[in-house]
Amino acid sequence: MKLVYFAWVRERIGMAEETVEPPRNVETVQDLLGWLRTRGDAYDFALGESAAIRVALDHDHADHDASLSGVREVALFPPMTGG
Amino acid sequence: MANVRVAIVAEPLDITSEIERVTAGRGDIGAVVTFTGLCRDEDGRLEALELEHYPGMAENEVRRIAEQAAGRWEISDITILHRHGKVRPGETIVLVVTASKHRHAAFESAEFVMDFLKTHAPFWKKEHTAAGAVSWVSARQSDDDAEERWNAPD
Repeated sequence: MKLVYFAWVRERIGMAEETVEPPRNVETVQDLLGWLRTRGDAYDFALGESAAIRVALDHDHADHDASLSGVREVALFPPMTGG
Repeated sequence: MANVRVAIVAEPLDITSEIERVTAGRGDIGAVVTFTGLCRDEDGRLEALELEHYPGMAENEVRRIAEQAAGRWEISDITILHRHGKVRPGETIVLVVTASKHRHAAFESAEFVMDFLKTHAPFWKKEHTAAGAVSWVSARQSDDDAEERWNAPD
């Protein structure tokens, strides 16, 4: 699964993208966020306030309870500030 | 279905040519509404805004918003152009052009588009101040509220 990060999520984690293979029990976005936070302080700093994290699955906005089944690209980013 | 034109660009935006592009040779349009979003200097404090975007998703999402507007109002044309990269005070960040037979559809659809761009289009603004500081712009609750009113029953 490819993960892509934007704005301060990208800066705090310290990279723009990576490919990961989460354990089998990671089924939803919420599970993924929990697992990522165990990977180090940078992830915990970036994703600790999970209510502030927005998600897109294969380029579509999604909620934290969405399933990751069949998803190829997960994007994690703060609330958007375009326009 | 309306003519939809969407682009995410690094170059300055030109409102005159975008209006001309929509209206040239047309006799069916009665109203054109444009919205121009500009970079402010924040009383001289701001040197530039840097707009980060999600290249794989931003254009799709902006197109989706344009198509929602086209499905909801009787508009013949809709253009949404959004900058990425560094934007200086006074430059245009976003340009929306809607055209219709009658004005209400053009006015309302343009406002709808802006409210959804703020909350759904994957862009993030970073401030560069004249003093050399950098910081991410925070999302505003008022933008969420502005979007929410389109979901309320008429």
